[in-house]
Formats: sequence, structure tokens, C-alpha cells
Amino acid sequence: MTCTEFLALLDDLIDDSISPETRAELQQHLHKCGHCEVVFNTTRKTIEIYRSHEIYDLPPSLRDRLHAAIMARCKKGC
Amino acid sequence: MTTIQPIASELEPHPDVALVARVRGGDVSAYDTLVRKYERQIFRIAQHITQNREDAEDVMQDAFLKAYEKLEQFQGNSKFYTWLVRIAVNESLMRLRKRRTGKMVSIDEDIETEEGSVPRDLADWAPDPEQNYNQAELAEILRKTIQGLPQGFRVVFVLRDVEGLSTEETAETLGLSVPAVKSRLLRARLQLRERLSRYFRKKTGPRDMGVEK
Repeated sequence: MTCTEFLALLDDLIDDSISPETRAELQQHLHKCGHCEVVFNTTRKTIEIYRSHEIYDLPPSLRDRLHAAIMARCKKGC
Repeated sequence: MTTIQPIASELEPHPDVALVARVRGGDVSAYDTLVRKYERQIFRIAQHITQNREDAEDVMQDAFLKAYEKLEQFQGNSKFYTWLVRIAVNESLMRLRKRRTGKMVSIDEDIETEEGSVPRDLADWAPDPEQNYNQAELAEILRKTIQGLPQGFRVVFVLRDVEGLSTEETAETLGLSVPAVKSRLLRARLQLRERLSRYFRKKTGPRDMGVEK
């Protein structure tokens, strides 16, 4: 397997949407290729970091205000 | 014996179905529950697309009001959340258009770039790279980095990886084909990875980069 072929299947590997056979082939490539190992690990980490950190927080006071405004309009029939 | 929680079966109705039915029957408090459940996600999506806090607040309000008004049109063949996200994405794009005084804005903007399709920065990251920054610094890095992505990649990444929509739901929401979503997702992930490497790479000499193994 070449690095280009590995890269084409990177998302499927990360999302775990591949057959066990393909997974084994990809893992075999990872053992031999430091480049792809770094790309795989750091891409996975990228997703994990974005998933676990709230970067646009809605403060409770603003949330309550917006919520109240939405519900007041809905009760009036919008 | 340990029991494994079954994944909600296709036959089991999503809890939103009952809430939507109650709203249709005139129970506004059921809508209150739906708003509470999704307001943070909708705000985040709007903020990611408009990149403006005021606009995101307006989009969030407008999206929930529009969804309430149009609830009769909701077919129920997609999830309520996916349907709501579609409304929020459209409202966000409309808001951007207004800001840019009528200039067409689409999710296809700026995607003709080859950047990120081939990884260049191959330095490994520190084991827990985010721990080198405090919460505010990290949030700023993550914001700046994702804001630099082309719109069409950013929206796909946010819906698919941050908000947890499936590839099919993301495609449906954005009016894209599944292969288009897949290709954008890969490029979005690789571009973000490349840009974050600037902050998260291991502080080592060049010979420790592990290029050859």
C-alpha cells in the first residue's frame, strides 16, 4: 500500500467504516510508515480536540434571554 | 454478567418524534423542551458559519421561530434535529449575504484550493498538546484555526465531526452529494491538522522527527 492509497482511506479508518481486511492492510502500512502514522494520529487528535472543547460558548444569561425571546414569540404564534 | 446497551433500533422512535407531535397538538411547552435541547448546537453552527456573535444570536432565534412556524411542513422522514440544522444553515448563509450587501454566498465558496490535500507538516505532536495552553489560549487557537478554513470545508467539518451528523445527514442538510461531503471532510480534517501542527508539534530537534522509521 502506498501513502496515497493510505490517505484515500484515512477517513474511513478514523471513522471505523472499513472491513477488517482493509483495516489490517492499513495497520500494516502504519507500522512501516512514520509519515502516515503521524498524519493518522494527529488527524484523529484534531477531531478529538474540536469535539471536546467548546469554542463558542453560549453564556447562561444570554441563553436564558434568547430562550425567553423565542418562547414569547412562539406563544404569540410567532 | 455485563449487559451491553443496545443501540437505539430503527424501529424505536426518536424521543423528538413525540415532542414534535405534542407541539403540533398545541403544546408549546414541548417546543420549549426542543429549544433547550438544541439551542447550544444551533448557536455554535450559526457562529461557525457567520463568524459573528450578533448574527449567530439572530440566526438562533430566527431558526427556532421558523422551525416552529413551519413545523407542519416537517415530514418526519428526517430527524427533527437535522431539519432544524438545515434551517439554521440557510439562515446563517442569508445573514452572511446581507452583511456582504447581497453578494452571493454559498457553501461552495473558496474551496478551489489544493492546500491540505497532501500533508506537508509531518512533525509529531506532543502527547497532550492542548495542555501546553490555558483554556482561553486554546479556545483562541481553535477558533483562529477553524476560521481560516474555506467555508465549504468548515461547515462540513462542523456538522460531521463537531455536531455528530452522519455523512448522509450532512449531505442532505447542505444539499451536497455523499462523495462531495466525504472529499470535503478529508480535506477539512487535513487542513485543520496541518494548521494546528504549528501550535502542537513536539519541541524537538529535526533528527527526532521520526520521518524514517
